[in-house]
Amino acid sequence: MAGNQRVYKERIKSTQSLKKMFRAQELIAASRIGKARARVTAALPYANAITRAVSAVSLHSDVKHPLTSERTGRNRVAVLVVASDRGMAGAYAASAIREAEGLITRLTEQGKEVALYVSGRRALAYYQFRGREIAGSWTGSSDSPDAVEAEEIADTLLAAFLHDDDSVGVGELHIVYTQFVNMVTQRPRVIRMLPLEIVDGVVPADEVEVLPLYDFEPSPDAVLDALLPRYVRSRIFSCLLQAAASELASRQRAMHTATENAEDLIRMYTRLANQARQGEITQEISEIVSGADALAAS
Amino acid sequence: MAQIEVDLVAADRKVWSGSARLVSAPAADGDVGILPGHAPLLAVLRKGRVTIHATSGSDVTVAVSGGFISVDNDAVTLVVDSAELDVAIAPSAR
Repeated sequence: MAGNQRVYKERIKSTQSLKKMFRAQELIAASRIGKARARVTAALPYANAITRAVSAVSLHSDVKHPLTSERTGRNRVAVLVVASDRGMAGAYAASAIREAEGLITRLTEQGKEVALYVSGRRALAYYQFRGREIAGSWTGSSDSPDAVEAEEIADTLLAAFLHDDDSVGVGELHIVYTQFVNMVTQRPRVIRMLPLEIVDGVVPADEVEVLPLYDFEPSPDAVLDALLPRYVRSRIFSCLLQAAASELASRQRAMHTATENAEDLIRMYTRLANQARQGEITQEISEIVSGADALAAS
Repeated sequence: MAQIEVDLVAADRKVWSGSARLVSAPAADGDVGILPGHAPLLAVLRKGRVTIHATSGSDVTVAVSGGFISVDNDAVTLVVDSAELDVAIAPSAR
């Protein structure tokens, strides 16, 4: 009987230390998420300015750029999966990976060959464990990506897209990331990044003020050349930032639930421990009483 | 007094924003100076220095590493890859 009590006490203790850990993770995620959301907002002016400029140029020149035209005769497509570096974020990484798997299956059915690029240690571990070939990976800053990293990713993918050799270069680029809708909802999403669709993100003409007739310096094509890679970079950066905010929100929610579950467990084990103690006392009393009875009878 | 509204944005933040009398920027074919009433312009920037003569009287110099500038209706947007605000030259800048 005494053994039972001890077991429960131990469980209470370990659950309490787990609870502390969960609580700490929850607080860390909560404190970081404000910053992550602020970064999403801070990157907006840049993205807006670029989008506006791109639509201005596309109005004035017939957009014939390698980045906007379909690459025919290419079977390879790049898929960039954006997931987290660490776990403890509920189904965050799992649902991003599931979305990616769905996309990869679809692409394979279309007879395409997928070149996999991953960001985040969880996704990397998932694919490495399954022995998939990984064309490129970035890890270490999934919850606070910076512009430099986004640029590196974008440049790698752009280089793959613009590669002349059809057996190495890719014909399309898809990105799987988790869109941050609000603190409660984060949605895994797939977007086709390349080739670019210029209409994408440009507001219909009657809704914006008429864009002026710009002078382009040095030339519309040169401006486009400079703009489009930046546009891609900014889009990828925004995906990374949204994914980071989603990761932190998922983590905060998951850790909150875990803390509550730990509390429930502690309560249950405390009851069981009390019961065991009570049972022990009752047994001891009945042993004493029956012992005394036996003595009195003899 | 005529003035221009300037927004200088980097990939991850807004670097400087306010009104100015003159903005000079290193465009691909040579520096451009933007005064109020400038014609709409969309130009590629090379690496160099952007100088903003703010209406508050102070000059702000920013080292940029490429990007582009768009001028439209006395609103100037400078979009740069990375920017370093030079505080030494602009002691009274906020």
